[in-house]
Amino acid sequence: MAFLEVKDLQVYFPIKGGFFNRTVGHIKAVDGVSFSLEQGKTYGLVGESGSGKSTTGRAIIGLENVTSGQVLFEGKDITSMKSKTKDLRKDIQMIFQDPYSSLNPKKRVLDIIAEPLRNFENHSKQEEKKQVQDLLELVGLSPESIFKYPHQFSGGQRQRIGVARALALKPKLIIADEPVSALDVSVQAQVLNFMREIQDQLNLTYLLISHDLGIIKHMCDHIGIMYKGRYVEEGTKDEIFTNPHHIYSKRLVAAIPDINPRMREKQYRYRQEVQEEYNQSYNDYFDQEGLAYSLQSISDTHKVALPKRG
Amino acid sequence: MSNKLLEIKNLTTSFRIGDDYYAAVDDVTLTLNKNEVLGIVGESGSGKSALAFSIMRLHNRAKIEGSVLLNNQDIVNMPTTNLNKLRGDDMAMIFQDPLTALNPLMEIGEQIGETLLLHNPRMTQKQRKLRVIELLNLVGIPRPEYVFEQFPHELSGGMRQRVVIAIAIANDPELLIADEPTTALDVTIQAQILDLIRKLKNEMNAGIILITHDLGVVAEMADRVAVMYAGQIVEIAEVHTLFENPLHPYTKSLLNSVPTEGQDKLHVIQGIVPSLKNLPRKGCRFAARIPWIDASAHEENPVLHEVELGHFVRCTCHAHFYFSDESKEDEKNGIS
Ligand SMILES: Nc1ncnc2c1ncn2[C@@H]1O[C@H](COP(=O)(O)OP(=O)(O)OP(=O)(O)O)[C@@H](O)[C@H]1O
Ligand SMILES: Nc1ncnc2c1ncn2[C@@H]1O[C@H](COP(=O)(O)OP(=O)(O)OP(=O)(O)O)[C@@H](O)[C@H]1O
Ligand SMILES: [Mg+2]
Ligand SMILES: [Mg+2]
Repeated sequence: MAFLEVKDLQVYFPIKGGFFNRTVGHIKAVDGVSFSLEQGKTYGLVGESGSGKSTTGRAIIGLENVTSGQVLFEGKDITSMKSKTKDLRKDIQMIFQDPYSSLNPKKRVLDIIAEPLRNFENHSKQEEKKQVQDLLELVGLSPESIFKYPHQFSGGQRQRIGVARALALKPKLIIADEPVSALDVSVQAQVLNFMREIQDQLNLTYLLISHDLGIIKHMCDHIGIMYKGRYVEEGTKDEIFTNPHHIYSKRLVAAIPDINPRMREKQYRYRQEVQEEYNQSYNDYFDQEGLAYSLQSISDTHKVALPKRG
Repeated sequence: MSNKLLEIKNLTTSFRIGDDYYAAVDDVTLTLNKNEVLGIVGESGSGKSALAFSIMRLHNRAKIEGSVLLNNQDIVNMPTTNLNKLRGDDMAMIFQDPLTALNPLMEIGEQIGETLLLHNPRMTQKQRKLRVIELLNLVGIPRPEYVFEQFPHELSGGMRQRVVIAIAIANDPELLIADEPTTALDVTIQAQILDLIRKLKNEMNAGIILITHDLGVVAEMADRVAVMYAGQIVEIAEVHTLFENPLHPYTKSLLNSVPTEGQDKLHVIQGIVPSLKNLPRKGCRFAARIPWIDASAHEENPVLHEVELGHFVRCTCHAHFYFSDESKEDEKNGIS
């Protein structure tokens, strides 16, 4: 039994239009996505922006209505809102992508981080304050920050508040949507080291959504790549980084910026080559609507979206 | 005519906390040339956005001292009406936080169209729509006609960011300040946006200030790089120099934190980023983060020293810096 299993997930958003603001069509934000997470491991979800990664994460914790498909957590069907019991809501936490809009501007940091604690656990004011200060310290913020408001922090500092909040309840699964994107690399390193440390301690599982492929490479065991609501490829870290098959995956890997400024020209030429290949082989990888095909296995762990053979 | 586009002299930006003002940008002096990309990196909270906001004069409650000259016009003391003409036309900014930059109640197409009117008030609605669609295409937004009528909350994080970029480049500004322009984007679209910025530089001769945490982006884009720590510039150099011969202990530590192949634990700078109120204002501001370095290595009042042509570094401690044992351990484990 997989720890978390997502089966053929679809999340559609209605497009309204016409005279009566009727639904005239759908945005297929997530269009048939399946994957499973192993407990204690980190699974990376990457891909085009707007391809449905956040929507997938939000659907798992119940912030989006699932159009069809199933989400199983430790074998239990948790697809519907009703099935999301209190325990479950404690076990699965999310670090939200947007550190600005996900923090209530009118609340002090103490209240923001203590909110989940108050909802699920009973602590004295004293204990609560201590816990919040410990959490702040863990994410590298000074304990005196508790009486401040979100606007008094820089972008990266706010992101750490979000991380601290998600960790407050010691959940089993954390859906981390761009958890460190606003942080400088040293603080980033601090948060990533910490995420790994508590992963070992608590046997935590992460679904890590990130555009930073360096971080994905550092953190993840398995990786899924999304494009326009669908999977184009899934595999182990090595398979994805050293042997990407789908043309979109190749483009993605080629676009990773190189930290050596002397590689600029070389990198540029390489990208041009991949772009050329993309232009020429587009029809081999995308159907008439420009969508990816369904996944075919090319090894035990490696799957690529290709047209069915024969 | 000189090639200088922007001249910042002794700029100090302070926020009021309680009864006192505290400088988030502390005596920054910088120049930016036309046709140049200046990268700014630094610890989160070091004052990069505050600096950007000061240049655009977007702070509403901060105290600003010093001077900012754009094409020799003083921005700090400019009347608001003149300033409004400059913003969005001669100088534009891509904000770190796309949501605060967008009006939640206005359709995307209308928001971009508004900026076009700044530059050319006589544009017809039809001309505007055409140009907006063109801009949405340029920033790689699929189905632009449809997105034209959407509201910000209906877009993914990266799509919003691209709308903000479209607004910023709408009028081919001479100065573009890009604050984390591509963090919310996948690397293929990032590459596309970086190409656009390069084009603005090469074809329109624009000057670009690029603030980012992504050292790869800096390596690919910047001509020169400034490194900020605790409100000050601690190092500034031409891009190759900065990556190949970093001097300031903060710069070295930062470069050391980048994840590399097969590494278990990432290098972290000891201690925590002091809050604005508790920033050390005397002596080397980085000293507390490298406590194993002898106090005598630091200058009493650290200033920027030009150690080679165009390469400036603050404080004398760089000459005595080494990584502590723990980080040396890290080095053995794969950080080069
Ligand atoms: N509330 C909504 N109403 C309508 N469309 C939506 C809504 N939320 C998301 N979408 C659409 O669903 C698609 C997927 O969005 P999602 O936020 O999941 O993308 P993402 O992969 O997380 O992108 P990014 O990397 O930019 O964050 C996008 O086309 C987006 O415009
Ligand atoms: N309106 C404000 N009031 C009080 N303090 C502020 C305000 N805005 C920013 N600060 C503080 O000023 C300092 C600099 O903030 P700034 O946003 O410029 O950092 P930054 O370098 O852009 O960081 P990041 O990389 O995280 O975006 C931080 O300590 C921040 O907490
Ligand atoms: Mg997202
Ligand atoms: Mg900032």
